[in-house]
This record gives sequence, structure tokens and C-alpha cells, in this order.
Amino acid sequence: MSTILETRGLTRTFGAVVAAKDLNVQIAQGEIVGVIGSNGAGKTTFINMVTGYLPPSSGDILFDGNSVIGRQPRAITRMGMARSFQVAQLFPKLTVMENALVSLVAAEGPRPSFFRPLDTPERRERADAIFAEFGVSRYRDALVSTVPQGARKLVDIAMALVSQPRMLLLDEPTSGVSIEEKFALMDTVMAVVRQHGVTVLFVEHDMEIVARYVTRIMAFYSGEIIADGPPREVLSDARVQELVIGHHLDINALGEAA
Amino acid sequence: MSILKNFSSPTPPALLAAAAVLAAGAWVLPAWLTFLLTLAFAKALVVLGVVIQMRAGLVSFGQALFYCVGGYGAGLGAQYLGLTDAFALLAVGTVAAVAVALVCGFLLTRYREIFYAMLTLALSMILYGVLVKSSALGSTDGFNVAPPSFLGWVPGGVEKKRAIYLLTVLIALGVALAFHRFLESGLGRVTEAVRENEIRVEYLGLSPRWLLFANYVAAAGVSALGGGLTALATGHIDPDMAFWTTSGEFVFIAILGGTGHVVAPFIGAIVFSVIRTFAIQEAPNLWQMTLGIILLALVLFLPKGLWSLVQRRRREIAATSGQPATEASQSPKGISSPISEKGVRA
Ligand SMILES: Nc1ncnc2c1ncn2[C@@H]1O[C@H](COP(=O)(O)OP(=O)(O)OP(=O)(O)O)[C@@H](O)[C@H]1O
Ligand SMILES: [Mg+2]
Repeated sequence: MSTILETRGLTRTFGAVVAAKDLNVQIAQGEIVGVIGSNGAGKTTFINMVTGYLPPSSGDILFDGNSVIGRQPRAITRMGMARSFQVAQLFPKLTVMENALVSLVAAEGPRPSFFRPLDTPERRERADAIFAEFGVSRYRDALVSTVPQGARKLVDIAMALVSQPRMLLLDEPTSGVSIEEKFALMDTVMAVVRQHGVTVLFVEHDMEIVARYVTRIMAFYSGEIIADGPPREVLSDARVQELVIGHHLDINALGEAA
Repeated sequence: MSILKNFSSPTPPALLAAAAVLAAGAWVLPAWLTFLLTLAFAKALVVLGVVIQMRAGLVSFGQALFYCVGGYGAGLGAQYLGLTDAFALLAVGTVAAVAVALVCGFLLTRYREIFYAMLTLALSMILYGVLVKSSALGSTDGFNVAPPSFLGWVPGGVEKKRAIYLLTVLIALGVALAFHRFLESGLGRVTEAVRENEIRVEYLGLSPRWLLFANYVAAAGVSALGGGLTALATGHIDPDMAFWTTSGEFVFIAILGGTGHVVAPFIGAIVFSVIRTFAIQEAPNLWQMTLGIILLALVLFLPKGLWSLVQRRRREIAATSGQPATEASQSPKGISSPISEKGVRA
């Protein structure tokens, strides 16, 4: 398995706060990595640096062997790395369909046409297929601002996937979604990414969800990765239980990745 | 439905029909009215430039910059380049405006909201200041623009005004057709997405700045055409073309007409010109107040402009006939008014 993402000595400080401290991570193609860590542990900072949103204080980030340091987020997106945000980033006053049309046009190239229409039967067809895949078809003509949170999260992820990325970074895909909906949402997303062979890294607070879907867990604490390995191993680690989970966790009670 | 939507838009045939009627009006309408329409359509072109920026969430309080560059470009083309052809003169102004926009755009697209508005204003006032100080260009008096020729034809007498009116209708038609397309194009629609969420646009792999830049240059070009036509129609240009009140007028018309459709600026400009003509005639001292009251009423009762009346009517027709509404009547893809959406919230 070849490495798709690698960080070398990745460090980021905010004044006195060290949000990332000498992170050396290697993620292989096809891995599904769960990132856990309490609030302020540096999970979002990690994703922000990897996707070019935030420049690291030092260190290097290699995507597919190429450094992404100094590149704009859009350039990194075009290299094949997509992301979602802790709070869904959509176009609230446009419809779900229009949101999808914009992402489809973006996926076709960096310079949308002055003349060719955005809204074509072909793009609509593709958008409809994506909506069906993500189970959000019934919202297609609704304004995003009127769509429930769970569907909004799904649309957000669907839009990230339109460009057919090789790696997808999801920052708390289930935050703000009701407990009942969480598993359904993750089932939907994971089915799609598995089908497309996308490497995934996602941040999640719910250990049940993490245990269910990932092949590997990275546990962040105060800007450092204190454990990294198979879910069973990481979740039974004493430091992880003390510093990240905050209580003893009966790992046998959790479901595990298929 | 989606196919219908793409291929049977009622707008282009409606525009062609309207243009044909207006062109025929050249021989029917009184001269004062065709002159009013000439200037109104020229203004509408400038307003279209304001409107496409509003769609991207930006208010230009300095669109008169390009109106003025378009006008002076035509004037200087006649004065110093020895050009007489109307199309060539308009081209000089438009090319000059695009060149200016290519430079200013680099600076402007870094800014948003009030900073953008103020910077556009500042740039237009710089041009105003330069022109006022340029004695070679007539300082505050400006200078006259000789009547143009039209592809070799030199009209005389009444023909002159008629020819410029017809030229304006023709260009307005061409621009309206092109911009109808532009508003629905990939670029045109993505600028709405930029207004909504730049971060997402960036993470879709697009450059919000490039999109705004391209949009800004397009706005400059079309506004310059309006300035050039005004110069040819009035036979005169002066620095007031770049003055901030001129820009304010364009914003006013944009709000009056609405931003929901390519014809909205034209409706706005005609209504504005008619109101102003009569208001100045009937109550010259109350003109500014009239304007203020209209603006107030618009913000309160018709925040999406006059075009929203057409949209409402279309929806009613659609509802009573049981037909699905088409095009702009249907959905929020038309642009939300900068007032209702931005002003109240801010
Ligand atoms: N832009 C910023 N300016 C200053 N400090 C920041 C900034 N972004 C993050 N931090 C700090 O860096 C640390 C890590 O933040 P980060 O957002 O990465 O945490 P997180 O693990 O994503 O937490 P959460 O679970 O709450 O989302 C925190 O102490 C935070 O206060
Ligand atoms: Mg976070």
C-alpha cells in the first residue's frame, strides 16, 4: 500500500498555544482513519494545515509525494484532496440542486464559462444521481438554509466528493446531527467512499461511531498524537482512556469495523 | 422541465420583439422620447454592470468610473485619433475601460462589503479629480463630441438622433442577449455562490478572486458601452460623468429595477428617466425629495425592485393555469436584493 498523505515534523503554534507539535503521520491509500481528541486537541488545526487553510509554523506535508506547503486550498483540492467542515459550508440561499451544479462546474475546471449555462440536463442528471446516492433527493429543490442539519451535512460531503478526490478529510461529519441519524449518515457516506476507493480521515467524538467505521485511530491530545493504531489497541490504551475519552471504555461493548 | 428550461427560455425572443418595436418607434415616437430612451438604455448598460456585481454580493459605488472612461474614450477617439465611426468610438471606450478594470481589479478583488464600495468610489473620484485638473481635456467643462458616422454613413439633420437611438437599441439588444446568457452561465451563476460562501468556492477548487475579477471586468466593459453611447447621444462629455452622485444614480436604478433578470435594469432606467423628467418639470426643487421617497418606498415595499412585480405576476399566472412557472419566476436563482439580504442584516 502506498502512502497518500505524509506529514513531517508538522508544527503549528498560536501564540503560546501549541496546536500541533511535531506531527509525523503516514496514511496509506484506502485507509479509513478516525481522529479522536478532546476539544482543543488540535484535530481541526491538523485538517486545516493539510488542506492549505492554515500555514504550518514548521514541517512539511506531502500529498502523493508532493509538498502542499504554500499551495492554496483550491490547488490542493485539484490535487485530489477534498474536505468538509465542522459546520457545513454550503451556499445557503441557493437550492440543493444549485449547490450541486456549482460543484459540478467547479469539478470540470478552474475557469467556469462566461457563456455555457450552468444548468444543463447532463449536470442535472449527474446531480440527481449523487442525490440518490446520498439519499437527499427529496431536498433537491429546497433552499439549503431550509434543509435539516443531517441532510446539510450529507450535501456538504457530497459536494466535496463531486471532484472525485482520492482523499477526503471530514471534520466532525456527525456533529449537530441527532444520535439516531448519526449512524445512517455515516453508513451512507462510508458506502459511497468505499465504492469510490477514497481514503478517508474523519474527526469524531462518538467512540461508537469511530469504532464502527475506521481501520485506524489517531488520538490527539494537546497538539500531539498520543496513540495511533488499530481501533482496539488505541481505545484500550490507558492514556487515551484517561486523556481523551475521560472514562474507562469497555471496548468489547463497541461494534468494530467490518 | 429542465430541458424546457434550458432551451425554451422566453427571454431571447421577447428581447428581439421588444427591440423590433423600439426600433420601429424611431419613426413614430416624438424626438424627446427617443432621446430619453437613448439615455435610459445607455444608463441601463451601466446599471447592468452594477447588477452583476450585486449578484456577487458587492456594491459598486463607483461604476461611474467606467461610464466616464467609456465616454471619454469615445470623445478622445474622435478628438485625437481622428475616428468618426460610432462602433470604433465605442470600442475605444470599452477597451480603455477593460484595461482600467484589469488594473483596478487586482486591488479591488481583495476587498469586500463596505471596503469594496468605498474603494470603487475612491477610484471614480480619482478620475474625477484628474479630469477636473486637465485643462487639455476642458477641465470641468469637458468637451464636445462630434456626431459620429455609422459604418461610412453620415446622417444629417433629424437622422442623426435617430441613428444614435437605433444604434443604442441594437447594442442594448446585443448586450441584453449576451448578459441573459452570462447570468445563467457557469461563471455568472458561480458568482452567486461566491456571495454565499467563499470558503466553499475555494474548496471546490475555484478562485473566488478570479471569479470576482472576471465579473468586474465584464461589468466595466458593459458600463463603458453605456458611457460611450451617452457621449455620442449628448455630443458632450464632462468630469461629472465620474462624479459620485452619478454612481449613486446607477445604484439607485439597480435597486429600482431589481437584479432578478437582465431586463430589470432597463425597466429601472426607463422608469427612473421618466420620473426624473416629470419631477424636474413639475417640481424642480422637490426632485431630490421625490427620489428619497421613492427609495424609501422601494426598500420598505419592493426590496427586490420593479422586476419582482413581473415575477409575482408570472407566479400568479402559473398558479392559476396550473402550469409550472418558468425561469426567473420559479426560484431563488434570481438574485436577492442587496438591500433585503445584506442591508437589514448588516
Ligand atoms: N485561529 C486560531 N487562533 C488562535 N488559536 C487557535 C486558532 N485555531 C485553533 N486555535 C487553538 O489551537 C488549539 C487547537 O484547536 P483546534 O480547533 O484544532 O481543536 P480541535 O481538536 O478541532 O477541537 P474541537 O473538538 O473543539 O473542534 C486550541 O487551543 C485552539 O484554541
Ligand atoms: Mg475542531
